[in-house]
Amino acid sequence: MPATLLANGFDDPVFDSQAAFRTAMWALARPGRVEPIITALTPPAPLNPEAAALVLALCDYETPLWLDAALARVPEVGDFLRFHTGAPIVTDAREARFALIAEPADMPDFSDFAQGSPEYPDASATLIVQVEAFTGGLVLEGPGIKGRAAFGATPLPADIVARLAENRALFPLGVDLLLAGPGGVAGLPRSVTVKEG
Amino acid sequence: MNAHSVGTMPEITYNFAYLDEQTKRMIRRAILKAIAVPGYQVPFAAREMPMPYGWGTGGVQVTAAVLGPQDVLKVIDQGADDTTNAVAIRGFFEKTARVATTTSAVEATIIQTRHRVPETPLSENQILVYQVPIPEPLRFLEPRETETRQLHALAEYGLMHVKLYEDIARHGHIATTYAYPVEVAGRYVMDPSPIPKFDNPKLDDCPALQLFGAGREKRIYAIPPYTKVRSLDFEDHPFTVQRFAKPCALCAATGVYLDEVILDDKGGRMFVCSDTDYCNGRQAAGHRGEMAGEPPSSRPVRSAEPVSRDDGAPFSGDGPGLSRAMLSGMTIQGGDQP
Repeated sequence: MPATLLANGFDDPVFDSQAAFRTAMWALARPGRVEPIITALTPPAPLNPEAAALVLALCDYETPLWLDAALARVPEVGDFLRFHTGAPIVTDAREARFALIAEPADMPDFSDFAQGSPEYPDASATLIVQVEAFTGGLVLEGPGIKGRAAFGATPLPADIVARLAENRALFPLGVDLLLAGPGGVAGLPRSVTVKEG
Repeated sequence: MNAHSVGTMPEITYNFAYLDEQTKRMIRRAILKAIAVPGYQVPFAAREMPMPYGWGTGGVQVTAAVLGPQDVLKVIDQGADDTTNAVAIRGFFEKTARVATTTSAVEATIIQTRHRVPETPLSENQILVYQVPIPEPLRFLEPRETETRQLHALAEYGLMHVKLYEDIARHGHIATTYAYPVEVAGRYVMDPSPIPKFDNPKLDDCPALQLFGAGREKRIYAIPPYTKVRSLDFEDHPFTVQRFAKPCALCAATGVYLDEVILDDKGGRMFVCSDTDYCNGRQAAGHRGEMAGEPPSSRPVRSAEPVSRDDGAPFSGDGPGLSRAMLSGMTIQGGDQP
């Protein structure tokens, strides 16, 4: 058997988890603002360290996790996530509480994921989306934003504004997005209204 | 003999902030969904805490899940830093998380509160954690959880308006004075916890993140920063807050929430700030209420001759005045609080 070494998890599971959670919390509470995250994780490519930190902080045996095609085709990614979180990795997107997306341009429709029910809108998926850079070009409004906020990230699907508008129209149902890029995390909760800037 | 000498107990250590890591993850996931759906009550698997229900177990669990080693924690109980609930919870986190604590509303990064919002305006990086006894605003109108859940799903809040209307029919005005229902971000009607309605306007467009935890009822809900929070009312009976006839007797503050303090059995009473940190800050800055006396430095040097105090009055005009420590032994009636 080839001995492949598993990449390390958090140096300090308690405080590193807490820091990553606080980043995610502020990211969703202040949509569009890029919240800094510092992590020493070196996950197997194409999983980026920021997205890995979010998954290690938030997922466990209770949270089915879905990986997009780019991540699912690399077995080391699944091994890394399973070992450090214990989360079951599912192939049916609808079952997932968390979804990890490494190639946002090809991401499936939001309606492929759990949207919650009118009685339990919280039973919906959180999408952790890897991006290469935070840019601009979009204008956000909604809870958590004082007036308006400029935001953008790349790469995202070409029709991201239409997708997010559909997601907003479902409120209080819908999915929540955490965008993980170099050194930062930004949130697009279902409550946010997105327009072209 | 081993290294531990006979008679010394092994030091009991806890995981950081008492809760185990899986519990924290579960609570953290609930907090994220609560923020994404402002005002919606997210069910969570509240744990038994080393304190009874009704003593802030929900708030404590939310604080424990959010808290980090760099945080500075403030805990208030009806506005006061020095009452039982506040002292106990502050001590709990000092022991289990060894975080810095403060009584200053400005220095704190996390403020856990029972039934008040600080008078000092909150800022962007602060988190306000409310202790909530009954999170469901419709519970006393509709006891069945299955029904209230559906009413929220349908945004059917007519029942709540009927309740407020019945107040008007019976009393001529909306007589609900605490736990006054609010509508969050134009969608969910939410119980702001039993804060006086005086504090409701502070929830609207607040720069801080507001988290609500109900331990016995196992619910977490949230208001993100800069979110529209509207107190329910009618066009011809608009929402108004309590007014006080006199300023604080200790710091002369106006436009703040005051507690009534009974001074004797002859009808003597005074009204003082419920927010002790705010009141102490104002007194330190030189503000003097009518019963505060003179500050020690400006007090005239007195002769050794004893002052006659045979009139039985609780204070003489030139006495040292009342302090918070003296008040703590007296009966405090929190206005129209439960």
